[in-house]
Amino acid sequence: MSGLSWLSCYLTTGKHMSFYLSFGTVLMLLAITAPVALAFGFGGAMAARSHFLPVSWIGKTYIAIVRGVPDIAFFLFFVIAFDQAIEWVRHKTLCPDWTDPIRQGNDFVVCDAAKAPLSTAAQWVHEVYGFSLAVFTFAIVFGAFAANVLYGAMRAVPRAQMETAEAYGMTHRQAFWRILVPQMWVYALPGLSNLWMVLIKATPLLFLLGVEDIVYWARELGGSKTAKFTDYPHGDWRMWYFLALLVFYLLFTKVSEVVLERLMVRLSHGQATQAGEKQRKAEA
Amino acid sequence: MKNLIISTAALALTAGMAMADTVRLGTEGAYPPYNFINDSGEVDGFERELGDELCKRAELPCEWVTNEWDSIIPNLLSGNYDAIIAGMSITAERKEVVNFSQGYTRPSPSAYAALSADVDLKGGVVSAQASTIQSSHVASSGATLVEFPSPDETVAAVQSGEVDAVMADKDFLLPIVQETELEFVGDDVFLGDGIGMAFRQSDDELRGKFDAAIASMKADGSLNALLDKWEIEGKF
Repeated sequence: MSGLSWLSCYLTTGKHMSFYLSFGTVLMLLAITAPVALAFGFGGAMAARSHFLPVSWIGKTYIAIVRGVPDIAFFLFFVIAFDQAIEWVRHKTLCPDWTDPIRQGNDFVVCDAAKAPLSTAAQWVHEVYGFSLAVFTFAIVFGAFAANVLYGAMRAVPRAQMETAEAYGMTHRQAFWRILVPQMWVYALPGLSNLWMVLIKATPLLFLLGVEDIVYWARELGGSKTAKFTDYPHGDWRMWYFLALLVFYLLFTKVSEVVLERLMVRLSHGQATQAGEKQRKAEA
Repeated sequence: MKNLIISTAALALTAGMAMADTVRLGTEGAYPPYNFINDSGEVDGFERELGDELCKRAELPCEWVTNEWDSIIPNLLSGNYDAIIAGMSITAERKEVVNFSQGYTRPSPSAYAALSADVDLKGGVVSAQASTIQSSHVASSGATLVEFPSPDETVAAVQSGEVDAVMADKDFLLPIVQETELEFVGDDVFLGDGIGMAFRQSDDELRGKFDAAIASMKADGSLNALLDKWEIEGKF
């Protein structure tokens, strides 16, 4: 076999299919993580600017701690700790008669019924569980950065707008939801779009959680293979696989930029910003 | 009708019970001939066949899981899988955190491979996979150690000239030396006490079952046949 027929066979092995599927995994992760992280960020920002001090402390502590801890440490430590916390709670509720200690030396041992997911569960359940942990962890990390961006954006809305709202007799809550929130996005978007770009490229952290992403498969497929263990022996082809990833990421970045640019135009409409003013003059 | 429901329920229950002790086997999937991902994307290799046979003998349903080498022990300890079967040599250092089954290979020779025969193994730059017996050997040999997370990268580093030589299990390097310009340099070094399966220290029951299965494979010669098939040095 040689030439095109070789290539077409090579590119359709089961292993390559897993590689193509992992693009879907990554896109799905982004599609779910982005809104969840935004929700975390919104909650964090709202908490941070709360007038009730303890809530404000919680918000500010969340932002400060998560922003300060390196992502990779967070992914190694937090995920294992979180997984164990889930199992601990399940253990306490499901197996109250268990007498052995949970921590035995280095081991973390809970009763079989408390395992999350159960060790009898199919492999796909384990994968979905790992994936959900990943989404949650990404959401916490990126939520903290988003919270900081939104916190700043909320403060950037001109104070006069809020004063006007109050003069019309709006309550704090009404002024927040009707005046502040609709106007803050235009200030938040540049920072949020940065976060989105970083998030796109942060997915290799997935493999730390046992979820196989595109970078894992590119490295696995590109590594040199000897004839003994595969029908398709080849040298070090990592460069070509990473080149394919590069193209994918660049295209994805370009699409994101176009979409975000359009969003910015829409958000600027009628705003008291330079971009909004320009639009008004162009229309007039 | 009622009978049908009851018997289905009973069937479901017993099926559930039979499934109750699925053993999850953790491996790396990047270290041929011991374990690697084959063309169809599944775990394959000496340890795949060995593990499947051991599970059959111990009458346990088993499932294969891949995990990065760096976090393979922490994930065992926190219960994400029940055993490691990933070409892991038995060493005193690892015994402090996990319990090993008896070895299913002889203490296997490690070797250096390089592009030319005249490299300086004692003072040069040598690559090895991180947290392996080879990496601690290189670190104590006087050479400058460069660690990589996966075995494949250690070899790529020699081929690209980034390091002078690579040190790894000889069984891993053999097919690479046969098919590329790399050649073995220096003498073989015997490290560790052979390769075994690793278990949580609190999980001696499971370890006992696999230990017995390994012993029975040693006794009837099927382990030797498997070692032969995958061209791994040393017999029992």
